[in-house]
Amino acid sequence: MLTTLPFVLLLMGALLAYVINRRAAVSLRAGGAALHSSPGYHGLFAGLAVIIPVMVITLLWMFLDGAVIERMILAGLPAQAFDGDDAGAVSLILTEIQSLAGGRVFGEPEPWKQEAADRLNALHSASGILLIAVIVVVSIAILALRRARLSPEMRARQGSERLIHGLMVFCSVVAILTTIGIVSALLFETIKFLNKVPLTEFLFGLNWEPQIPIREDQVAASGAFGWIPVLIGTLVVTVVALTVAVPTGLFAAVYLNEFAHQKFRAFAKPILEILAGVPTVVYGFFAILVIAPALRSFGAGLGLDVAPNSALAAGVVMGVMLIPFITSFADDAISAVPQSLRDGALALGSTRGEAMTNVLFPAAIPGIVGGVLLAVSRAIGETMIVVMAAGLIARLTLNPLDSVTTVTVQIVTLLIGDTSFDNPKTLAAFALGMMLFLVTLGINILAIRIVHKYREAYD
Amino acid sequence: METAAETAAPKITAKNVDVFYADTQALHNVSVDIPDRQVTAFIGPSGCGKSTFLRCINRMNDTIPICRVSGDITLDGQDIYDPNVDPVQLRAQVGMVFQKPNPFPKSIFDNVAYGPRIHGLSKDRAELEGIVEKALRRAALWDEVKDRLDTPGTGLSGGQQQRLCIARAIATRPEVLLMDEPCSALDPIATAQIEELIQDLSSRFSVVIVTHSMQQAARVSQRTAFFHLGNLVEFGNTDDIFTRPSDSRTEAYITGRIG
Repeated sequence: MLTTLPFVLLLMGALLAYVINRRAAVSLRAGGAALHSSPGYHGLFAGLAVIIPVMVITLLWMFLDGAVIERMILAGLPAQAFDGDDAGAVSLILTEIQSLAGGRVFGEPEPWKQEAADRLNALHSASGILLIAVIVVVSIAILALRRARLSPEMRARQGSERLIHGLMVFCSVVAILTTIGIVSALLFETIKFLNKVPLTEFLFGLNWEPQIPIREDQVAASGAFGWIPVLIGTLVVTVVALTVAVPTGLFAAVYLNEFAHQKFRAFAKPILEILAGVPTVVYGFFAILVIAPALRSFGAGLGLDVAPNSALAAGVVMGVMLIPFITSFADDAISAVPQSLRDGALALGSTRGEAMTNVLFPAAIPGIVGGVLLAVSRAIGETMIVVMAAGLIARLTLNPLDSVTTVTVQIVTLLIGDTSFDNPKTLAAFALGMMLFLVTLGINILAIRIVHKYREAYD
Repeated sequence: METAAETAAPKITAKNVDVFYADTQALHNVSVDIPDRQVTAFIGPSGCGKSTFLRCINRMNDTIPICRVSGDITLDGQDIYDPNVDPVQLRAQVGMVFQKPNPFPKSIFDNVAYGPRIHGLSKDRAELEGIVEKALRRAALWDEVKDRLDTPGTGLSGGQQQRLCIARAIATRPEVLLMDEPCSALDPIATAQIEELIQDLSSRFSVVIVTHSMQQAARVSQRTAFFHLGNLVEFGNTDDIFTRPSDSRTEAYITGRIG
């Protein structure tokens, strides 16, 4: 309740500003003044002028008041209560005080702790009330200012357009900043990892055994962090997946686009979209319960030894997952080829098949290639299917019938369970994440460049 | 000339042709005889059905699922809507040039070679090159593009693109060439070039042109058909249509009172 109230007040303030200034502008116009901006813009400008600064104040307040109150509590504690240099002890005491303040009492707390908890509660409610007061005062001040400045000559339209422009810039910057944040988080941990394991060993090493020694004199104590087997595993699974998905997806797209009856298309398209909406965990079930045993018994019939967890099973299922992705990209690309080219090819006496293979498909290639490369990115980054179906042991093999492991699987296994962020085992996950990011980034850039380069081929 | 037009055996004969788009009737009972080695122009206001009729002649209307055609259209006496007739082969005999130039996103050479390749009209590369050169020369484009046959056809100017499309159509060696407002997207100079080309082409095969410009119909055609609201109002020698129209609607249209 106490957290929603500021926002409610803030919205009310903005609405009030909108209504008051719009009315005022309407009555100015009724009085015969020639307004520069229409009343709607006067209202909008006033509303935005209230909501943006007050929103910023509110969010900053809520973000910072916890830290400020903590400081105040700590400063007020008796000097002998803790050793100011021990960060762990300080945070323990703070947590204890916060529990007390929340009414969760364990044992018999010292009186100074109880006192601090009471003070914490008092400060919190004071902060809430102060925030509300600030919102009300600032809103009214801005509202009064905007009302006083209202005049026929005021350029409210330009003003509100500037504010909305700023808002749009802010929203796009959020995405960019988030990306930068994620990359830098990865980067710092990767650098820590590379301080423990040399870059050449990581990039070119042929062994991936990410153990850490429990005792000093343990056998194979150091572990091995060469990512090549993991990379090869990823590539094998990806190649299998694309071998399944690309031809199937493209033929399905060509059929749906050019040859299918309208009724079949109306029926098949939604089903493909359902396939695209199946959670990857469910594909994982399908891989281990249906495809892997089937491949194993089929392989046994041929005299081949197929591992229970094979790259083939994971790759085939991942390929099925990618079919709707490729189909819908290729379908869009072929549909985007102008009807005039289709007519031109048919009018020269092409069959529909010839029109497709000689004219439509080549014209749609940029879009199709873009879609396939995005599918590659998805295959490389796909996690759940391979965790369930591909296996965990990093083996350096190109044989899809073997069990392999992938970059994403290793990241998952490295970060599951008890982790501490100062040993190479955990940090290796970040290094792998970094490499995964770089590979998919490279492929995405390639895809964008290809799409861009050929985009205007048929204008 | 006029007597020749009336006595020559018609290349295309249409009898009682009706066309429906779903439940809407677009053409009512159209009957015309289109002569060989002459230019026939279809004129009329927008939406009068002239393009629809043109597209019946090479069965391009087959590609529109809701379109239905009834009546008889014969090419050299053969019913083109006969179940035994393959529309793909028909379209190789009856070429078409569209309103907006639509070169394929391929090289100039590959654009012209498209028809000969799919219909197997050449034995080897040299013969194919000969066909392409001849078609480009007849389309009066050869001199402008002979040094850049491997550049994209889409890089040419609008008028050049349209002549490329004409070259592409005639490289297939059609017997009839249908042109659906071929000059409407072009400037006057390019239009004059195309009109000259049409005159030239009509010495070899039958040309049917849909046009919005009555001056163009008067300049290039020997026979003119006037369509109005899905009906063929009047069909005759171009000179007669423009000087002595027998129907009051034709007169109203060519004098600019309806349209």
